[in-house]
Amino acid sequence: MEIEDDFLQYEEISRRVRISVLNMIHKTGSPHIGPCFSIVEILVALYFKSLNASPESTVDPDRDRFILSKGHACPALYAVLSERGFMSREDLKGFAVNGGTLEQHPAQDLSRGIEVSTGSLGHGLSIAAGTALAGRVDSKQYKVYVLLSDGELNEGSVWEAVMFAGHHKLNNLIALVDYNRMQALGGTGDIMGLEPLGEKWRAFGWHVREIDGHDFRQIFDALSSLSTEKPNVLILHTVKGKGVSFMENQVLWHYRSPDDEEYEEALKELLQ
Amino acid sequence: MKTAFVRRLQELSQKDDDLLVLTADLGFKLFDNFRAGTTDRFYNVGVAEANMIGIAAGLSLCGKNVYCYSIIPFLVMRAFEQIRVDIAYHNLNIKLVGVGGGFTYGLEGFTHFGLEDLSLMSSLPNMTVVIPADPLEAKAIAEISLEYDGPMYIRLGHTGGPVIHDKAPDLKIGRAMILREGRGVAILATGDMVYTGMQVVDMLSEKGINTTMVNIHTLKPLDTEIILQIASTHKAIFSIEEHNIRGGLGSAISEVLAESGYSGVFKRFGIREGVARSLVGKSDFLKEHHGLTPQKIYEKISDLITGV
Repeated sequence: MEIEDDFLQYEEISRRVRISVLNMIHKTGSPHIGPCFSIVEILVALYFKSLNASPESTVDPDRDRFILSKGHACPALYAVLSERGFMSREDLKGFAVNGGTLEQHPAQDLSRGIEVSTGSLGHGLSIAAGTALAGRVDSKQYKVYVLLSDGELNEGSVWEAVMFAGHHKLNNLIALVDYNRMQALGGTGDIMGLEPLGEKWRAFGWHVREIDGHDFRQIFDALSSLSTEKPNVLILHTVKGKGVSFMENQVLWHYRSPDDEEYEEALKELLQ
Repeated sequence: MKTAFVRRLQELSQKDDDLLVLTADLGFKLFDNFRAGTTDRFYNVGVAEANMIGIAAGLSLCGKNVYCYSIIPFLVMRAFEQIRVDIAYHNLNIKLVGVGGGFTYGLEGFTHFGLEDLSLMSSLPNMTVVIPADPLEAKAIAEISLEYDGPMYIRLGHTGGPVIHDKAPDLKIGRAMILREGRGVAILATGDMVYTGMQVVDMLSEKGINTTMVNIHTLKPLDTEIILQIASTHKAIFSIEEHNIRGGLGSAISEVLAESGYSGVFKRFGIREGVARSLVGKSDFLKEHHGLTPQKIYEKISDLITGV
């Protein structure tokens, strides 16, 4: 599917994705709406433009890979995969119900575009680095994208992988950090300060870009000007709960699921 | 044992373009030939075991046949959760080669002992657990593992360990090996303890007790058929392992026996008590302390079968 660089279209898709996420989470009383809303634009940008992957060729060895290392935000991934035709609307109805089709953390299912099972933080970057290394060994041209949360950067294994990818100059690896500055129990700055975050990655041999993670122009610009010498990281400055005013920047919405009244209010805002 | 395994793997690597070996900075000199022969097949990922498992998973997802090597606690305990999710749950074609079963690294101390690995690895979904008893078995497992498609934990024991076989054994995953057929009394052992078991069998036969000796080289899937067969024809069964008695060979056998209603004598030999901090020594010294020498096992078995 090729879509012209009409940012309004991407914004419209993003709006539908947020409504879809809201519906899934409200209906099932599930957590993690805040961390879903902060990654909608990057997912839409990848699946509707940048990622060389399609529902017709989910096992193509040459496809680009996307790994959602922050697996708890999978409703956003499911909604985007559904919008893009990797899975059906019916699949979404099976989210987080007994005998359903989709869990609250993604389980690998290549036929529906889920490359790797995640949910335990700190795994995705290593797996992505291994996938990137395989691409180099086999002289493949594919790229590997992996989306991490900021809280996830507390995990030591992430930095083992950062060091590995920097050392091996895995230039086909693109890490995306959802820097919404909030983790499960509070602000990242209060719990385990990450700054200077860009400097840290740079010191490990990565090409670093810091952008507004909700601005399609900046996202596409960054994704189209990647380093060909080093692994790339895009630090996406985002807003937890983006799109619904009373959820934005509120740590409460890491876990809270909207009640009926909040649901109606959120839907109204997203439909505006 | 590890030399036999790695040497065979290197020979076979010529046949398999997808073979890759990762180490977390261990195996001094062990991989020299491998590296020289196949430079793009060997990666030292540094002292970072959790990352090694993730890297292996990524490679395997792209069709590579990956071997990960380290000393047991660092490989299977440091990176256990990565193994659980990235390898076992995804059912990936990755072989975990752990060296230093039991007290192999005696003087190096507790941090280097492999006493809980069998329990951990055999509890994982999709994981096959194999333990060669001598270099020829290690070589056979190198061959089998290359063709095997799935997660496998290979536990290697002592360097320059004992020799059981004088020719290539007919080793099949999941099928226990009867090394000696006796009557009434049976010893089931794994890894380096197979040789110890054979010594006990010799000592018992000198006393006129004809003992069956079984080599359980595959802990998972366990050959329950053989165990049930032994149970139906033997009045006393003993297990020997260089591992904690909880969750290893003895536990697995006792589960089968208990559910079968076995009413004979059964005793597990293994590491029964905690490892004392003050106990410093080489492997043989530590095994002696924990009652894992042929003499001590023989004496205990003799007591237990008196009057049976």
